[in-house]
Amino acid sequence: MLADRDRIFTNLYGHTDWRLPGARARGDWDGTKALIEKGREWIVEEVKASGLRGRGGAGFPTGLKWSFMPKEVKDRPHYLVINADESEPGTCKDRDILRHEPHKLIEGALLASVAMGAHEAWIYLRGEFHAEYKRLQHAIDEAYEAGLIGKNACGSGYDFDLKVTRGAGAYICGEETALLESLEGKKGMPRLKPPFPAAVGLWGCPTTVNNVESIAVVPEILRRGASWFASIGRPKNTGTKIFCISGHVNRPCNVEEALGIPLRELVERYAGGVRGGWDNLLAVIPGGASVPLLPKEICETVLMDFDSLREVKSGLGTAGVIVMDRSTDPIRAIARLSRFYKHESCGQCTPCREGTGWLWRVMERMVEGRAEIEEIDVLEQVTREIEGHTICALGDAAAWPVQGLIRHFRPLMEERIRAYKARSGAVPMAAE
Amino acid sequence: MSGVSHKPARWTPAHLFEGGPETFAFSPAYRAKAEAQMAKYPPGRQAAAVKALLDLAQRQMEEETGARWLPRAAMDHVADMLSLPRIRVYEVASFYTMFKTRPVGRFHLQVCTTTPCWLRGSDAVLAACRRAAGNIPDGEVSLDGMFSVEEVECLGACVNAPVLWVGDALYEDLDGEATEGILGSLRRGERPAPGSLRGRQASAPEGWPAVEGATLTDIAKTD
Repeated sequence: MLADRDRIFTNLYGHTDWRLPGARARGDWDGTKALIEKGREWIVEEVKASGLRGRGGAGFPTGLKWSFMPKEVKDRPHYLVINADESEPGTCKDRDILRHEPHKLIEGALLASVAMGAHEAWIYLRGEFHAEYKRLQHAIDEAYEAGLIGKNACGSGYDFDLKVTRGAGAYICGEETALLESLEGKKGMPRLKPPFPAAVGLWGCPTTVNNVESIAVVPEILRRGASWFASIGRPKNTGTKIFCISGHVNRPCNVEEALGIPLRELVERYAGGVRGGWDNLLAVIPGGASVPLLPKEICETVLMDFDSLREVKSGLGTAGVIVMDRSTDPIRAIARLSRFYKHESCGQCTPCREGTGWLWRVMERMVEGRAEIEEIDVLEQVTREIEGHTICALGDAAAWPVQGLIRHFRPLMEERIRAYKARSGAVPMAAE
Repeated sequence: MSGVSHKPARWTPAHLFEGGPETFAFSPAYRAKAEAQMAKYPPGRQAAAVKALLDLAQRQMEEETGARWLPRAAMDHVADMLSLPRIRVYEVASFYTMFKTRPVGRFHLQVCTTTPCWLRGSDAVLAACRRAAGNIPDGEVSLDGMFSVEEVECLGACVNAPVLWVGDALYEDLDGEATEGILGSLRRGERPAPGSLRGRQASAPEGWPAVEGATLTDIAKTD
């Protein structure tokens, strides 16, 4: 179990002051000037050495991503853009950072900007987070007033501006290039890559997009040292992570723990266990709506990190742990996610625009059992036709939960179909 | 918005709602806010402020008419301010779900029904909202103009599920009864405090810090 002294977000629950004095008391903004003065290369190398992998879902090494930015600032300014468009079902960790630890994010934004030669950073905040917007803006104003950001930030000679822009309700804007389009005032439709944002990003300028949590842990990593962060967790899956435990547990909560904690320990120690006891567990979606669910057998032993979850054909994603007990109809639970992806598809790529709606309609029939057994194979095959055939990963994200359901609950789907047939006689295969 | 006719069955965000006021212009106070938003962006990039301006227009509509929505005249006004072709503003307004391009009730009840909320009982929350609105179809405004209901996707508060979002307030840890309580308060003109209806400390486990497995308790004690 992670000791409280190794936790980064010590005001995760907002039980102490989120404003600047409280943040300073927790150690934020301590020696920031000296960290800036160690220079761009040192920051990038330190973050690389820490093993930090992006906390927004994909798990790409953060330091490596920063190193893709051009080494020198030429005619186009560099931008850091922070993705605070948290909308992955099951995920509510960035919200806690924004409302309870805003200064960790602001300090991290300054240090990350130094690391990539950016003098301006933007936080793209999901529009629904209105109270969080007020808090964050207040904290930014405090930082400006105290000389921590702005001209000559922290007395380091480095000029740095930080601004907030708000979304308006679109899950797709969590995809980094859709986010940039949206920030520029357009519909949030992902861009074709390459070019990648590090070459052509916000307003055509070199840009790096990072998740809130990835940025907010940077000051602690630099202060305590890469080796401290790397000593927590497992090889290639280092550091701490905020887990969001929702669904059928006795005490849903957010908690910061070491990567690699067993799923069962996470649920039982922190969330009061599964409603009705561990044996009442049916399945868990371990990393937000986009990753395949895991049946109880796998949940017994699986570890919560990027590589362990990949080995069982799921993923850590955003670490949004959605727990389902045995009262749950897993087909309906996944059908609801199919509806989510149908609603959130931006409509740009045909496999996703048409495919997500098709998946939802067929999944709704699967909930009733109003289908043919063979249609389960058709459903599986269509998810394969969507996956990997779209500009962004939303198509994949729509496909994976359905694939996971078929992989682990196919007998239940077949039983549902047989029960429907028994009730209503044979049905012809419906054309969708 | 009494007297305004609309046909939700055939309505989609892509079809502009033709009712609503003939003209719209930012009041001096809102115009100042809009200009402050535009000034945040680099020279020549003011189009980036379109979402912020549409949001301000909806808020002014709420102040003036009691309903937070975006008539065509307001979109045109924003397009003119940003020197954008009107279609550029319409396509943004119809793309993002927070822009309501047809009238809503005094309180537009947005219920999250995505899986994490559904697992924790969002059906009861939705049912309570629909009852309060007189069981009219979702998207229509109740006869008294008070409520309209919409199922929305994940609102990003999953460990406090189920949740209801009204105006700028998010009500968390709900059940049917608690929802009825909130709706009753709204009807009486009160503004119930947002947050957990079970008195939880934000996203901490219920009962924190005096609960097994609680983290950050050492830090809590020192304050």
